[in-house]
Amino acid sequence: MTSSAASKTPTKTEPSPIITINKLNKWYGKFHVLKDIDLNVNKTEKIVICGPSGSGKSTLIRCINRLEVHQEGSIIVDGTELTDDVKQINEIRSDVGMVFQHFNLFPHLTVLENCTLAPIWVRKKSKVEADELGMELLTKVRIPDQAHKYPGQLSGGQQQRVAIARALCMQPRVMLFDEPTSALDPEMIKEVLETMIELAESGMTMLVVTHEMGFANKVADRVIFMDEGQIVEQNDPENFFNNPKSERTKLFLSQILNH
Amino acid sequence: MADSTLKFKKLPDRDPPENTIGWIAWIRDNLFSSATNTLTTLIFVYLFYLYIPPFIEWAIINANISGTDRSVCDANKSGACWTFIKVRLEQLLFGLYFASNPEQTWRPIVAFSVFGMLIFPLVIDKTPHKKWLLLALLTLYPVLFICVVYGGVFGIPVSDTGQWGGLLLTFALSFVGIIVALPLGILLALGRRSEMPIVKMMSVTYIEFWRGTPLITILFMASVMLPLFFPSGVDFDKVVRAMIGITLFQSAYTAEAVRGGLQAIDKGQNEASMALGMGYWRRTILIILPQALKISIPSIVNTFIALFKDTSLVSIIGLLDLLKMAQNSSRSLDWNGYDIEGYLFAGFVFWIFCFGMSSYSQKLERKLDTDRRAE
Repeated sequence: MTSSAASKTPTKTEPSPIITINKLNKWYGKFHVLKDIDLNVNKTEKIVICGPSGSGKSTLIRCINRLEVHQEGSIIVDGTELTDDVKQINEIRSDVGMVFQHFNLFPHLTVLENCTLAPIWVRKKSKVEADELGMELLTKVRIPDQAHKYPGQLSGGQQQRVAIARALCMQPRVMLFDEPTSALDPEMIKEVLETMIELAESGMTMLVVTHEMGFANKVADRVIFMDEGQIVEQNDPENFFNNPKSERTKLFLSQILNH
Repeated sequence: MADSTLKFKKLPDRDPPENTIGWIAWIRDNLFSSATNTLTTLIFVYLFYLYIPPFIEWAIINANISGTDRSVCDANKSGACWTFIKVRLEQLLFGLYFASNPEQTWRPIVAFSVFGMLIFPLVIDKTPHKKWLLLALLTLYPVLFICVVYGGVFGIPVSDTGQWGGLLLTFALSFVGIIVALPLGILLALGRRSEMPIVKMMSVTYIEFWRGTPLITILFMASVMLPLFFPSGVDFDKVVRAMIGITLFQSAYTAEAVRGGLQAIDKGQNEASMALGMGYWRRTILIILPQALKISIPSIVNTFIALFKDTSLVSIIGLLDLLKMAQNSSRSLDWNGYDIEGYLFAGFVFWIFCFGMSSYSQKLERKLDTDRRAE
């Protein structure tokens, strides 16, 4: 594979990529969703991906833990290339946390059980250990008192924070966020964003698909703008928001910032 | 600016108006809300008046229960002849073998009592260690049933299964049908949704074949055709053949009921468990099935109830289930003419079992309803 060079340990103190995406192409049937995507994500880097709906941003991050299968190019996560090998995929998935737009909590399990299920069954932790870890992370997202309730009894914002805690319980190296605040009432967006900001400050590597430009401005090391399945432009937030280079980016920013 | 701030003031909660709550309001809203509604109510009250009191008079007030032969009933034709049921009870419940060998009657009684002792704590909410009880019901109980009812061990004489009958037979056929068909049906439902084409094709073929064939046909086949595939001299037990036929048939129906539940699960559930690194069987057993089975409880129980009643079709291959036993008994010389009592009794026993299953499924549904918000 052409990309194997990228995963070698760097000789200098240059940032080490934890995710390397090379010439990624994906189709849904005949529809070409992702076109020649190249992207390196360094450890502790925070990347915000934005773009109009249908631009392929969600598909891109879903390819990283293989919820979507790509047809061309390569994705290397933490030194392992994503192939059809089920065991390898599960190993990568257990190291990559994901937070979904619709939370996708398990409604038949309590909040704490949601958090401890994968640590017990995938990480083979004891129940005591997993409970301890679960409570620790629920405390971190500030809902330890809801631990024994069912997800249906929680507000949307609380549910999304549980989803974050659930992903963190696997002690992932990377966290993927797929529009984490899009399904929330305005009053609840803030509490979720605050949790994400705290997580970013703790040094987690994060890829976030979102339209929360305030969050991007505050947290992102890099903002990526996608359209028509391509990366149109990427830059640090200051340059991205203040001097966007392409016309497409300018149009998009004017539409989402001036409403 | 300070002057113009609006103060938000919470209004006190009030009780709803007097005439919209309570039983008078309920009767008015539900029974007499319009002219047609009122008319329907009155017609039904009249019909109840017409038929219920005479029935109670016949079935309870004037009924005969004393004596041991038909002379009492023949003398008083204005009431039901429950003497018939009383005298033939053992035969109706346990079949010919256990009824005609009084020293063996304890065997089905033990089998039914143990079943009751296992099932009642399972139904009650607060019982601890339900998992173990259920496991005992599914594994130890069938073994006990075979030892006690079939016999052949511990010096218990073997009972010919062809002589099993009545409720005992109905129960044995349904129990096997239900506990074997459920896991089989779950596997078939999963197979039907599999991404592996061969597995999927085989599951679909199986389900559609057995679902498209009438149970009567299957029972005939099991009874007449199956022996043709075995060397002569190997006499495959008739009851076992019926059990196999019923189980194959039932598993296809259970599979479709379970599939309905599987389809209702949001694909986000699967994705979320995939994203946590869980493999297929873990996702299926820990996340998907608990939710899917909960959704399909009503339709699964529906198929169980249908099966319980359908077992009476085994009469066409010469087995005497509860219904056939009631019919035969009321056509015997001793009790000729009292078939209404026989059918009523059989219907009542069927109803108790079916209603029990139905109530339990409703209770289970409410208990598992964790999605609703706390009150």
